[in-house]
Amino acid sequence: MQLTWKDIPAVPTSNDMLDIVLNRTQRKTPTVIRPGFKIQRIRAFYMRKVKFTAEGFTEKFEDVLKGFPNINDVHPFHRDLMDTLYEKNHYKISLAAVSRAKTLIEQVSRDYVRLLKFGQSLFQCKQLKRAALGRMATIVKKLKDPFAYLEQVRQHLGRLPSIDPNTRTLLICGYPNVGKSSFLKCITKADVEVQPYAFTTKSLYVGHFDYKYLRFQAIDTPGILDRPTEEMNNIEMQSIYAIAHLRSCVLYFMDLSEQCGFSIEAQVKLFHSIKPLFANKSVLVVVNKTDIIRMEDLEESQAQLVQSVMDVPGVELMQTSCYQEENVMEVRNKACEKLLTSRIEQKLKGTARVTNVLNKIHVARPQARDDVERVPFIPEEAKKLGRYDPMDPNRRKLARDIEAENGGAGVFNINLKEKYILEDDEWKNDVMPEILDGRNVYDFLDPEISAKLQALEEEEERLEQEGFYDSDEEIEDDEVAELREKAEWIRNKQKQMIQAARSRKALNNKSIMPRSKITKSFSELENHMYHVGHDVSKLREKREKAGRGRELTGSDYVRALDEDRKVPAPANQSDRLNGGLSDGALRSKAERMAKAERRERNRQARAGEADRREVAMMPKHLMSGKRGVGKTDRR
Amino acid sequence: MRIYSCHFCSSPVYPGHGIMFVRNDAKEFRFCRSKCHKAFKQKRNPRKLRWTKAFRKAAGKELAVDSTLTFASRRNVPVRYNRDLVATTLKAMSRIEEIRQKRERAFYKNRMRGNKERQLAADRKLVEENQELLRMREVELRIKAEKEAAKAQREQEEAEMDEDEDEEMEVESEESEAEEQAQKILLKNKRKTKVKF
Repeated sequence: MQLTWKDIPAVPTSNDMLDIVLNRTQRKTPTVIRPGFKIQRIRAFYMRKVKFTAEGFTEKFEDVLKGFPNINDVHPFHRDLMDTLYEKNHYKISLAAVSRAKTLIEQVSRDYVRLLKFGQSLFQCKQLKRAALGRMATIVKKLKDPFAYLEQVRQHLGRLPSIDPNTRTLLICGYPNVGKSSFLKCITKADVEVQPYAFTTKSLYVGHFDYKYLRFQAIDTPGILDRPTEEMNNIEMQSIYAIAHLRSCVLYFMDLSEQCGFSIEAQVKLFHSIKPLFANKSVLVVVNKTDIIRMEDLEESQAQLVQSVMDVPGVELMQTSCYQEENVMEVRNKACEKLLTSRIEQKLKGTARVTNVLNKIHVARPQARDDVERVPFIPEEAKKLGRYDPMDPNRRKLARDIEAENGGAGVFNINLKEKYILEDDEWKNDVMPEILDGRNVYDFLDPEISAKLQALEEEEERLEQEGFYDSDEEIEDDEVAELREKAEWIRNKQKQMIQAARSRKALNNKSIMPRSKITKSFSELENHMYHVGHDVSKLREKREKAGRGRELTGSDYVRALDEDRKVPAPANQSDRLNGGLSDGALRSKAERMAKAERRERNRQARAGEADRREVAMMPKHLMSGKRGVGKTDRR
Repeated sequence: MRIYSCHFCSSPVYPGHGIMFVRNDAKEFRFCRSKCHKAFKQKRNPRKLRWTKAFRKAAGKELAVDSTLTFASRRNVPVRYNRDLVATTLKAMSRIEEIRQKRERAFYKNRMRGNKERQLAADRKLVEENQELLRMREVELRIKAEKEAAKAQREQEEAEMDEDEDEEMEVESEESEAEEQAQKILLKNKRKTKVKF
């Protein structure tokens, strides 16, 4: 809950508010408009102005409404305090007026925006805008009084002492001029005005101090006069509300010297009249100004009067002198102690905390479902054993005793297998094989294994009878064997051939020999032909005949003409000029065709028929840029 | 101690071998070697790797469903030690293993059935299509046979010569003549091994 209201934004006067908002509109919206613009634009221009102004006002109003506390939401103490100080109804009406103005302005803006949508000309639109702003201004001007009032409230609220109603509090009250403020001054650092006349203190003052490492606040209240609450003025009401609402230790100050101008009877009477407010509070009556007169020096009747104060339960009396600073600290400490104990008592008295804890605890008490009694199970053997007594000479022998007999721990090891429960005691020390032929024995260990094995054997027998294991192996005959051998040979050969072809093809950093320069001897040819399986005798015959006088081929003649030399010895190669051509006619036709084929190639400046060179795939100068008057391929 | 099976390839993991990975849900994964461990870390599917047992079984390459395979299993029922039971179990284990191997052999045979015929048909087709290559084979065989014949002949002659030598030691004049003859024959043979026509 908010306790201080120091940061409420300042409330401008209505004229200031008008200036601020209209100025802002002028600055933050476009200013240039001409009749020649589209009507849509003109309308938008003025609608924007109206809307912007309305938004500016609502924003400002919202700030005001948000800043001021809602009087119903604050602590009762603060509520009553504000009521006495600022008059609750006035406060509420002022805020309501602001809120109403906000809705009104919104309404005006909505109406005029709607009208502006149908504005026909610049002039018309402008007039509408003027009317809208004018109406808004009127509404704001009407808020002159509320704004002035709220600004005052704001300033006063900001200066209110920050009183926390729930913390540890010492409340100092009493008649005017009995020394309340001087006491506050003594126990805290608060700078309170102390003057020798009544009603020096006109509002609440707060001071802070530490006791037992706890923070306390001491509140100095204005003096109270003994009269009905209806007649009390605002200053007195503040003290009354403080006493009524704050959980505190009340220090009721009395002046026995009557220098304050009020008799002892009056002071005692006041105590009794405000007594109802002390319910649930610890009260300490402090007799001040002991430097002038002490309790002991009083007359009998007066002393009795003062003592009557003590009749109220829980009230204690102490004496002090703020002037001489005598007994001041004791009074303070006593008050603090009283406050702390009462607070603790109240805490304990409060049922909320106890029930909170109780709610968390649940003790389950299950209902008996039937009459059967379910007692804990104890084996008969265990019952028979009886109690073990280490002192008894005939006690049970434990494993620990056996260990001790045989040399103690580390020397003797108990055979754990001794306690095994097996069918035959002989088996106890057997070593169980874990692995057999790469298999876990334990995986096969099964009480029904013999039966299962029996079943398997039967199945096996059946399968054998059915001929499941009969192999139908056939003996290969020679024909099949030969066929296989041949196929194997072919596969091998094919692989070799592929390999050879590849290695022949691979250049491996060798130069390419022109075909005309490669010589192959006849024996190589013969050898190859023989291996391929040809009859070479005919070939040899032909060679012998050629050796005697071979006729020259066409290529020989061509070469002789070119180089202008003697016809060389015929190369051992075919006549590629006339090869495959039966007569001269066919030959000339072939030449013509060759020439025709060369024409296009020459035109494209190709080196030969294998020249596929592309100098630039997409020449930049032909492919990019804007196309002018020139052709596609020449720019 | 126990022989575990590799989580990835199902091969046996003997004590002191392999590596185990325990996932945060306490499931144990044992691997026989780093190969399997790495494959697992790479999230490979053992059913898709041909070298794992999982693949072979899934692809029908191995005996996967059989009564002999039902004997070994982890039973979560503790059985008290019984000497007779363990003895019968040990005997049964070796018998089961024997039967299992027999069945696996039968399974393999059954799986490979028909391969021979298919192979033969392929061979036949190949031979028919490559008659010209077979001519080369014939030449090869012929040459080989000739070589062998020549070698046999040479050996025979050498043996004869050895017999002669004993006698010829005394007659020197004959010796030189015989040597000359032998050399001639050798040369002749040499030429024969090379293909000359």
